Amino acid sequence: MLRALIGDRAVVAVAGFVLAGAIVIAFANQALPPTHDLHASIFAVGLIGKYLCFALLALAIDLVWGYAGILSLGHGVFWGLGGYAMGMHLMRLIGPRGVYGHPVLPDFMVFLNWTELPWYWRGFDQVWFALLMVVLVPSVFAFVFGWLAFRSRVSGVYLSIITQALTYATMLAFFRNDMGFGGNNGLTDFRELFGFSLRDDGMRVGLMLASALAVVLGLALCRLMVASRFGKVLIAVRDAESRVRFLGYRPEAYKLAALVVSAALAGIAGALYVPQVGIINPSEFAPTFSIEAVIWVAVGGRGTLAGAVVGAVLVNALKSWFTTAMPDLWLFALGGLFILVTLLMPKGVLGLISSLPAAFLRRGVIAAHPA
Amino acid sequence: MTEAAVLPSGALADPPQAPTLLYLDGITVSFDGFRALDSLSLILAPGDMRAVIGPNGAGKTTMMDVITGKTRPDSGRALFRDEHDLTRLDEAAIAELGIGRKFQKPTVFETQTVWTNVLLALAGDRRARHAFRFGETAEERERIAAVLATVRLLEHRHRLAGGLSHGQKQWLEIAMLLAQDPELLLVDEPVAGMTDAETEQTAELLVAINRDHSVIVVEHDMHFVRALGCRVTCLHEGRVLAEGSIDRVSNDPRVIEVYLGR
Repeated sequence: MLRALIGDRAVVAVAGFVLAGAIVIAFANQALPPTHDLHASIFAVGLIGKYLCFALLALAIDLVWGYAGILSLGHGVFWGLGGYAMGMHLMRLIGPRGVYGHPVLPDFMVFLNWTELPWYWRGFDQVWFALLMVVLVPSVFAFVFGWLAFRSRVSGVYLSIITQALTYATMLAFFRNDMGFGGNNGLTDFRELFGFSLRDDGMRVGLMLASALAVVLGLALCRLMVASRFGKVLIAVRDAESRVRFLGYRPEAYKLAALVVSAALAGIAGALYVPQVGIINPSEFAPTFSIEAVIWVAVGGRGTLAGAVVGAVLVNALKSWFTTAMPDLWLFALGGLFILVTLLMPKGVLGLISSLPAAFLRRGVIAAHPA
Repeated sequence: MTEAAVLPSGALADPPQAPTLLYLDGITVSFDGFRALDSLSLILAPGDMRAVIGPNGAGKTTMMDVITGKTRPDSGRALFRDEHDLTRLDEAAIAELGIGRKFQKPTVFETQTVWTNVLLALAGDRRARHAFRFGETAEERERIAAVLATVRLLEHRHRLAGGLSHGQKQWLEIAMLLAQDPELLLVDEPVAGMTDAETEQTAELLVAINRDHSVIVVEHDMHFVRALGCRVTCLHEGRVLAEGSIDRVSNDPRVIEVYLGR
């Protein structure tokens, strides 16, 4: 099992880099004085924290797209549900400190003249319950959706379109005030988590470190899954699903298990994201966001796990730069990037990197192993 | 008019008395009005080998699809070991019962190694919740090595299956069938695209496999079919046109008319 875990050098390298990088940034923020040249601002910490959450989402997508051939264009659903579960906990923690000062009801409910807490908001004041829901709600959602879709053998483009519709429909539902999730304003004005103020630098560094740890653990879990026999069957399903059936396997069970794990990871990513950006609203369910996340994976290298993390950080760093330097051009740049990667680097950045040494060594290798 | 009177020679008239492995009776499959199988009947006894020949569109592959659960017949019965109704089971359940299939176009898992291909086919628990395992047991390693040695692919075990030659892929698929260890093997055009030497080796291999498995082979290559030395069924327009020894079938004027050419 350990051998399987460390069997992919790119995954080990990226996991190590994420962990080391996060610790260095944390150190540069907390230990170095603001006057120091290498001091990391709290803005930079927040940015890295966000990128890491996106990396975990990309990893979740790569598990199903890269290894099971399920091109989900709606992973924002799982991300958003995890985010809302965390947001509900953060709302409950505001308690009587809201603008209207109601002891239990969040501000938006008071504003809507609601008199009591809806049943589905109960329990979210407990941290264990909220964390459980962060994982459980996206997983159950994925299970029900996957069970219906895979059982009736919906796959390929049709499945992708349904996932788009799913996230779009969820967005429309969450826009409605009657749903009880704050309508288009969403949930915001958070104050604290685990007893620490969210405006505290130490807490923000802690959340960034937690996101890095989540990415590393996510990489480890996904690596174990794809290196096990489960993963071998999953790859076989991706490449020749009907052949797998004639070997006596039930591909739908394998795909369902992968989708549920993926949804749980996406939910955790969303839950880590919300306290760091301070808001969750229905725009997280926007179809374009889910498509963007797929592009991160494509850019990094589909079916490599490490590539998903690299791609998410790379594209989002590019986005941060672009949206300040030339905001109007970002979408064109993203589209261009996607076309470029699809045409010139079908295996993404990671495929490009791993093909470099081979290109240099080719002559030597052929001489050493005559065919 | 009784049913027996309309059936071609060699097809069954009465329910089987001796134990049968595979029993197809009056199988009809239509696609948009086209009858791919037209009341097809066929019996295979345990341990038998059968070659199925016939022109394109005769229904050979559709017959395999019905047996393996890919296609549901409009009418007719398909029984395995006299008890399992194949028309009610799905692909995975039929594979579990002990029917393995090699496809016309070699279908191996191209991005995985030859070794892993056989590992995936190896008989064992197929459920997802039992798949969180790493490596193979010593017993599994032994089985895989033995199977790969049988098809002469042992030295290629670390190669990706997608990099094999066409003939090697055909053999890898046969290796996967062997690893699956089904009671009945359905082999669709195993020697298409093979050299004469490879064809001969494949015939020997199938005869060897037939020692402890029942086999149905679909093939166009008449030299190959002759080398199998088994009973031959010729299909035409979804029906059995002739059945018997290779000499009898290949001399049948109707077979010559529709298939072998004059």
